[in-house]
Amino acid sequence: MNNIQNVSRRGFLKGAVAAGTFVLGARLVPEPLWADILNDAPDLFQPGIFLSIASDGTITIVAHRSEMGCGSRTALPLVVADELDADWSKVKIDQAIGDAKYGDQDTDGSHSVRSFFDQMRQVGATGRVMLITAAARKWRVAEKECTTEPGFVVHKASARKLSYGELSAAAAKLRVPRKEDVPLKSRSEWRYIGKDNALFDLPDIVTGKATFGMDAKMPGMVYASIEHPPVLGQKIKSYDDKAALKVRGVKQTLTIETFKPPHHFQPLGGVAVIADDTWAAFQGRKALKVNWDTSPNAVYNSDQFRKTLESTARQPGKVVRNVGDVDAEFAKGGKIIEAEFYAPHLAHASMEPPVAVAEYRDGKVLAWAPTQSPQAVQETIASVLGVKKEDVTCHVTLLGGAFGRKSKPDQVAEAAVLSKQLGKPVKVVWTREDDIQFDFFHSVAAMYMKAAVGPDGKPTAWLQRTAYPPIGSTFDVNAKYADDEMGLGWNNLPFDIPNHRAENGPADAHVRIGWLRSVANIYHAFAIHSFADELANAANKDSVQYLLELIGPPRIVPLKAEPDEQEEQKRYPLDTARLRRVVEMVAEKSGWGKSPSGKGHGFGVAAHRAFLTYVATVVEVEVDEKGQVQIPNVWTAVDTGTVVAPDNVRNQIEGAANFGASLALLSEITVTNGVVNQSNFNDYELVRMNSAPKHTSVYIVESDAPPAGVGEPGVPPFAPAFYNAIHAATGKRIREMPLSKTQLV
Amino acid sequence: MIRFTVNGTERTYDGDPEMPLLWYLRDIAGFTGTKFGCGMSLCGACTVHQNGEAVRSCSVAMKELEGTSITTIEGISATGLHPVQKAWMEIKVPQCGYCQTGQIMQAIAFLRQNHNPSDQQIDEAMSGNLCRCGTYQRIRAAIHQAAKEMA
Ligand code: FES
Ligand code: FES
Repeated sequence: MNNIQNVSRRGFLKGAVAAGTFVLGARLVPEPLWADILNDAPDLFQPGIFLSIASDGTITIVAHRSEMGCGSRTALPLVVADELDADWSKVKIDQAIGDAKYGDQDTDGSHSVRSFFDQMRQVGATGRVMLITAAARKWRVAEKECTTEPGFVVHKASARKLSYGELSAAAAKLRVPRKEDVPLKSRSEWRYIGKDNALFDLPDIVTGKATFGMDAKMPGMVYASIEHPPVLGQKIKSYDDKAALKVRGVKQTLTIETFKPPHHFQPLGGVAVIADDTWAAFQGRKALKVNWDTSPNAVYNSDQFRKTLESTARQPGKVVRNVGDVDAEFAKGGKIIEAEFYAPHLAHASMEPPVAVAEYRDGKVLAWAPTQSPQAVQETIASVLGVKKEDVTCHVTLLGGAFGRKSKPDQVAEAAVLSKQLGKPVKVVWTREDDIQFDFFHSVAAMYMKAAVGPDGKPTAWLQRTAYPPIGSTFDVNAKYADDEMGLGWNNLPFDIPNHRAENGPADAHVRIGWLRSVANIYHAFAIHSFADELANAANKDSVQYLLELIGPPRIVPLKAEPDEQEEQKRYPLDTARLRRVVEMVAEKSGWGKSPSGKGHGFGVAAHRAFLTYVATVVEVEVDEKGQVQIPNVWTAVDTGTVVAPDNVRNQIEGAANFGASLALLSEITVTNGVVNQSNFNDYELVRMNSAPKHTSVYIVESDAPPAGVGEPGVPPFAPAFYNAIHAATGKRIREMPLSKTQLV
Repeated sequence: MIRFTVNGTERTYDGDPEMPLLWYLRDIAGFTGTKFGCGMSLCGACTVHQNGEAVRSCSVAMKELEGTSITTIEGISATGLHPVQKAWMEIKVPQCGYCQTGQIMQAIAFLRQNHNPSDQQIDEAMSGNLCRCGTYQRIRAAIHQAAKEMA
């Protein structure tokens, strides 16, 4: 069975599109599930629509993934357009609503291009072949005599050509060719893939026309601002809204029930102030008085919790990878080096705070939201309001940043809950304070590292332990151990060490824990690559040379894979040749070793593989006599396989250096008695232009390996490379994030 | 009644005099190119021009508008693009784009005062504008390019 479908021919779209429009769809549900889906949910077996060519020549390509600044809304349609041989400058992009037919729409894990590249090529190439067939039949010539140029089928021999619009009606009547009969372009034939194309939305962004979630509207909507329980899980005891109701523009107040654990993506609960505009809602809220019940999470103090985590990390934990026998090696009594590392909670703080508009009417919900996961919006609203998932329609706006926060649609559910109570559309706007205090926080983490080193300074045994409240706590109140986080730079150490063990210890969650750009890789890479540099120093070796020795000879690192990971592992084996290459490349480009470190000036290096992409970073720092730090340069080499949009890759990796600089230098969330202490950019600090790296240089390895992730992998190596540079400059080893916790002078 | 202009058009307002210009622009006048990021003059996403100077619209109350002229991103160039917007496009500055209208408004006001800025002057002028996606280096490059083009 072919997973590309000629939707126009099958009459799915009765009345929905103009006659003569050629429409192709694709099934993105994975093939192994087809049989089950056909039996259980035949509706889902209908293909998601991806491409339409109208008889006036308009080509519309559907973006089924969300755009939060990583470029997937441009990249995937661009791939379709290239294989179709469309004129990219004339293509329109339609953003898909949330719909299981589109398969996985959760735009996270840096996998839009890597998961859908082949499918999108197939959609475009199939369209092209069908347009050629249509033209060849019209001209009564052989298909192989025809070719295409952007927007046209061409018959060179007779100097004839027909536009795609002229051919759409004929193509709409054709059968979809077999996959074997659809040739894909060779790399050299690509017109757009691998070239520097701009983001589709660029002109709208610079003129202020782009529609973000903050800009979404529905006729007759009212505005809501919600006073959430300060401690996770608190319920309202009583509240006084007299003063709030006196605020000009405030209409009424409503309550939202506190979730029943596990909190999942449900609303936090609280008191909502409904008003004529955002400002009035904010003002009304300031005048509210709410008495809150107690919550078991009020015991949470992040300072004390740090001690608990650190002692957990010192104890043996669950073994997640074991090679050789570290204990036997440690017992031999050679030179032992130990170190501990700590990283705090972080908030996502995307520039656009959480926001959504929703309308409940007659058992159905319509929502507009800046969401990474419109299907999670459907599921969450369905479960909170007891409606059918299919009765929730979620439109996706542009996202003003997301970084993982906007995979969780609690604020969209809030809007739906309020709309149901009010009988009109509601726009819920979170303040920055709401955003910082009620995030799904990046987890605190403690790591313990221990190595035995031989006479050559190389480790003969390497033990690493980590402990943190797991993301699984969002879905299961009893979750204590990490799960998927282990694959994020912990159970796949790419070093050539005969004895190695990686462990994970248990921890409880007292705030909502979520994934933040590169997730557990952040603290894992921090500990591993700071420790590696520490060993290099102990051995009196150059950090780059030592890192290459640790990585060892080019080879495929044998890793365990769960059944559902095997396919990916076959396609993307952990290849140390590629890791070595980015290290060598970044060393060369940065002029590593040419200018000496010390006296307040230093260079540091780290290399990490995340989301199947190999990244090596060198950071240069200058530290003045007052301990003020500047970052004159960051050099990054990246091997992400086949690249669809190279300039966008550069932009993402530059951005990752800035994101990395924020968390390495400044950002920290702390909690006292269950309440988050930070609230806005005055106390949750991010780098600004005067504290960010001055220059960021990105080097992309040319590769025809399958595409890998881009949005996240630039982040993890930054912090350790930066701290290693601080050590080179000052002799101070940084064992705690962010840098502002350590006095440099 | 408060009288002022937005993008050259006369306007009057008699609502809550304490309402920040930001929310008037966004919720009442419909100029949504001006963004909300912090509400406390900490991020610059809401930057507009008041009598040609960059201000944070989240921190300018409506009562302060009497007789002044406000320009938002929508009023920068009705046809085509301002050199700063052009430079932004050529250098492909934006990622998510949410902070960028504020960045552009800040840059335009700055370049009116400084036609040939140094890196350091740019850094100082732009440090009130956050970009969580991290496009600072491109913003600096685009400002240099726009300065050249406008010279
Ligand atoms: S919203 Fe005005 S400076 Fe942030
Ligand atoms: S481009 Fe996303 S915040 Fe600046």
